[in-house]
Amino acid sequence: MKDSYTLKSLATLLENNKISSKELTSEYLKNIERGKELNCYNTVSKEKALIDAEKSDERRKNQNLRSKFDGIPIGIKDLFCTKGVTTTASSKILSNFVPNYESTVTQKCDDAGLISLGKLNCDEFAMGSTNKTSFFGPVMNPWKSVNSNNKLVPGGSSGGSAAAVSGDLCVASLGTDTGGSIRQPASFTGTVGLKPSYGRVSRWGIVAFASSLDQAGPITKTVEDAAIFLDIISGHDEKDSTSSVNPKENYYENLNPDIKGMKIGIPKEFRSDKLPASTQKSWDECADLLKTNGAEILDISLPYTMSALPAYYIIAPAEASSNLARYDGVRYGLRVKGNNLIDMYEKTRSEGFGDEVKRRILIGTYVLSSGYYDAYYIKAQKIRSLIKSDYVEAFKKVDAILTPSTPSTAFEIANEPSDPVQNYLNDIFTVPVNLAGLPGISIPFTNDENNLPIGLQLITNSFEEQKLLNVARNIEKTINYSETPEKWWLK
Amino acid sequence: MVAQMIESWNLVIGIEIHAQVNSKSKLFSPSPTDFGSKPNSQVSLIDAAMPGMLPVINKFCIEQAVKSGIGLNAKINKKSIFDRKNYFYQDLPQGYQISQFKDPIVGEGFVEIETENGQKKIGVERLHLEQDAGKSLHDQDPNFTFVDLNRSGIALMEIVSKPDMSSPEEAVEYVRKVRSILRYLGTCDGNMEQGSLRADVNVSVNKPGNELGTRCEIKNLNSFKFIHAAIVYEAKRQIKLIEQGESVNQETRLFNTQSGETRSMRSKEDAHDYRYFPDPDLLPLTLDDDWIKVLQDSIPELPDQIKKRFINEYSLSSYDANIIVSDKATSEYFEDVVKNRNPKLVTTWVTGELFSILNKKNLIIEDSPITSKQLGELVDNIENGKISNRQAKEVLEEMCESGKGALEIIDEKGLSQISDENEIESLVDIVLNSNPENVKKYKNGKDKLFGFFVGEAMKLSKGKANPKIVNDLIKKKLSQ
Repeated sequence: MKDSYTLKSLATLLENNKISSKELTSEYLKNIERGKELNCYNTVSKEKALIDAEKSDERRKNQNLRSKFDGIPIGIKDLFCTKGVTTTASSKILSNFVPNYESTVTQKCDDAGLISLGKLNCDEFAMGSTNKTSFFGPVMNPWKSVNSNNKLVPGGSSGGSAAAVSGDLCVASLGTDTGGSIRQPASFTGTVGLKPSYGRVSRWGIVAFASSLDQAGPITKTVEDAAIFLDIISGHDEKDSTSSVNPKENYYENLNPDIKGMKIGIPKEFRSDKLPASTQKSWDECADLLKTNGAEILDISLPYTMSALPAYYIIAPAEASSNLARYDGVRYGLRVKGNNLIDMYEKTRSEGFGDEVKRRILIGTYVLSSGYYDAYYIKAQKIRSLIKSDYVEAFKKVDAILTPSTPSTAFEIANEPSDPVQNYLNDIFTVPVNLAGLPGISIPFTNDENNLPIGLQLITNSFEEQKLLNVARNIEKTINYSETPEKWWLK
Repeated sequence: MVAQMIESWNLVIGIEIHAQVNSKSKLFSPSPTDFGSKPNSQVSLIDAAMPGMLPVINKFCIEQAVKSGIGLNAKINKKSIFDRKNYFYQDLPQGYQISQFKDPIVGEGFVEIETENGQKKIGVERLHLEQDAGKSLHDQDPNFTFVDLNRSGIALMEIVSKPDMSSPEEAVEYVRKVRSILRYLGTCDGNMEQGSLRADVNVSVNKPGNELGTRCEIKNLNSFKFIHAAIVYEAKRQIKLIEQGESVNQETRLFNTQSGETRSMRSKEDAHDYRYFPDPDLLPLTLDDDWIKVLQDSIPELPDQIKKRFINEYSLSSYDANIIVSDKATSEYFEDVVKNRNPKLVTTWVTGELFSILNKKNLIIEDSPITSKQLGELVDNIENGKISNRQAKEVLEEMCESGKGALEIIDEKGLSQISDENEIESLVDIVLNSNPENVKKYKNGKDKLFGFFVGEAMKLSKGKANPKIVNDLIKKKLSQ
C-alpha cells in the first residue's frame, strides 16, 4: 500500500475507478490487522465498514455520491459517540457503552460518505499527552529513534488518531483537542493536526472533557487534507449553544499558498534554553522560509504565555470534575454494586476511572470548593482573559504566529516522567491556543537527528482557519515533507 | 395560648417559591412536560445526561421568567448566567443542576399583600431559572430505589423573597399573591397538589429590640395550610428552645404533614458544597431592550390593577375586590356578570351564594355549574323585583341541579314575586285586622312588633310578596 495516499489522492483514484471503496476499505482493515501491535484501535468496525463501503460503491455506480470523498475510510477517536458502535473514551467506566445516537461531527462524515473503520485509542477521557492513561493500554508511535529500538509514545490524547494516520491504519482521522490533544500527537508522528477555533466544530455527541476548551479537528497527512476534512466537519450546530454562527468558508477550494505581504509573529516568550537545538533550528528555518516566500517576520510578545499552563490545569480539571459526574453507575456504563447509593458511587468511580482522571477530578473539585474558588478558579479565569487579550493585541500586528508544537520530539514510553507536572509541560506551547479559543495547526517540518518528526505550530485569529491553512500550505508546498516511518510492526 | 406564646416574639419569615414554568417543553431539551405521564416516557438524551449531550436554552421559558419578573415589579437583568450546582444523587443525571447563582435573570422586586393592618409590601430578592431533578421512587421495590426522569430538566422559577413577613398569615398571603400573579400571567399553573408550586420557608424568632435569631428552613411545603402550620409549629419550637435556655441550630427541616411537626433533615455543617461555577456549555444569556419591551407590552392586567379598577368602577370594598381578583377566573366571571348590573348585588351573589355552592361541591370557578350568563339573569330578576332574595336562593339551587335558566325555573315553580300594591294591601289589612292587640302594643311603643307584622304578611303571601312593598305599606298603615 502506498504511503502517498491522501484524502485528495484517494478521491481521484475512486473517481477514476482505479479502486473501489470496498477494496480500499479492505486494504485498510488489513493494515489495521497487521498493525495490531500499535494498539491504535479500541474497536474495529470491520463488518459495518465493509457494508458501508459496498453501499458507497453502489452510490458511485448510480452517480448519487454524497461528496467527492464518498467511500474513503477514516478512523474516529473513541470520544465521539457513534450509533451502535461501542464508545468508551478509553475508560473502564464506559467500556460497555453503546450509544444509540451519532455525534454531529461523525454524522457529517457519514453525510459526506466517509467510511468509519473503527474507534481510535486515546488517553482516558482525553486526559493525557502520552496515550498511556488509556484503559486499553498505550498506543505505540509508528516512529522509532534511529539510535534505539525502544517504543515511543505517539503523544496524546489523540494518540491513536495520530499514530493510525502516520502508520497508514487510516488515511485521516478525527481527534479532539482540549490543550493540545490533536497538535501534540500530530507533531510526535509527523502528521498534520488542526484544532479549529472554539465554536467552529460542533461538540454535540463528543464525550466532554473541558467544555470551554474542547474542540474536534482532523489529523491528516497533508494541509490540503486538513482543509478538506474541516470543510466536511465544520459549521453551526443548533444543538451546541457554543457553536458559532459565523459562516464557514470553503477551505479547500479557497486554499491559497500565497503569503506575500503577510506578517508572521515569532513570540519571544516561547523561546527557551530547554528547547532542543534541532527544534529551535527548525523554528528559525521555517521563519526564514516564510520570509523568502514573501512574508514579513516580526518579533512579538505574548506576556502571559507562562501563566497559561497553571491556568489551564485549574480550568480544565474544574470543568472535567463536573462533566464526569454523570458517570455514576446509575444509568449506563460500569456499575459496581454497593451497600447503598454512596457506596455504589464510590466503588463504581474508584474502579471505573484511572489514576490521571481521578487526579484531575480531585484537582477540579478542590479548585471549585467554597473558600478556594476565588483563589483558583476565578484567578485562572482572569489569567485566561489576559491571555486572550495578549493574542488580540498580537493579531493587530501580525496575520499568524509561528511556534514549535511541542518542547520535545516523541519520547520513550518507558521514560514518561513520573511527576505529572513534568508531563503537563508537554502542552506548554499548545495550551494557550485553547485558552484563547484560537485555531492552531501543527505541521511536520523535518526530522531531528534521531529521525523523529519535528512539528511546528501556526496560530491565527479566531475563525481565520483559511489564513491558517494558507500559511501552512505555503510551508508544506515549499518543504514537501515526505518522511514516513519504517513499518517495524510488519516484520 | 399559641397566639399568646408567639405574641411577645417577633417572627421573621422569608420564602423561596419554586414555581414550575408553564411550558410544553423542558428548560434545556425538547422533551414534553405533561404531568402524570408514564415513568421515563418524557426523557430525552439530554435529560438522561448521556455522554456528549449539550443543553440548549428554551427561549419560551426565558420569556416566561421575564414576564414573571415584570409581574413581580422586578428588575430584568439583561445579562444573566447559568451555573452548575454540583451534587450527586440518583435522580440528578448530570451530577449537577443547571441553575443561576450569582447573576439571576430577574433582580429585586416586590408584591403587595393585604394584612390586618392594611397593605404591606413584601420585597422580592430575585427570580432565577433552574432545572428540576427527577423523582426517586422508594416504594416500588424492597431493595431498590426506582428513578423517574420525566421531571428531570423541567424549568422552575425560584422566587426568593426578602425576610419581610412577620406572621404565618402574611406568609400565606404572600404565596397566594405570587401564585395569583403567575396564574394571571400564565407563567405557572400554580397547581400546588401536583407540585407545580411549592415553598421553602425560612423562619426565625427574636424578642423585639433584639438582633435576629438563627433561622431554620422548612423544605417543600405544597399547600397554604401546610405553610401556615409549619410556620406556627416551627416558631413555637424555636421559642420553646430559647426559653429553655437552649439555642436554635441553623438547619434544614422537613414538615410532616401527618403530625404537623417539623424534623431536622440536615444541619448547616452537613450542607453540601455545591461548587457553583458558570456552565461552560451555555453562553451568558443576554436580552435586548426591544425584546423586553415586546414582553412588557404583552403583560395582561394584573390583580393589583384590576382591584383598583374594580374599586373605582364598581365601588367595591377593598375586601371584596381582593377576594374577587385573587383568582383570574373569578375576576373574569365577576366582570362578565357585573356588566350593566348592580355591582353590590353581583358581588354579594358571587362571593356569597356562588362561592358557597362551589365550596360545597369542591369545584373551582372554571368548572362552575352556573355560568356567568345564568347568574346574571338571576340577578336581573332580583333587581327588577320579580323574585325575592330568598326565592333567588331557591332558584340558584335548582339552577345548579338542572342547569335551567332563571326565568324557566321561576315560571315552573310559580315563584314570581307579588308586587301589585293593591293585592299586598289586602294582605296587610288582614294581618293588622286580625291582631288588634299587637297593633295597640306597637302604637304604645313596642317597635319590635314591626317585624312580626311583616313576617305574618309574608307568610300569608307564601313568601311571594315583595318585602319592600310589604314594609312600606305596614309602616304607612300603622302610622295612620
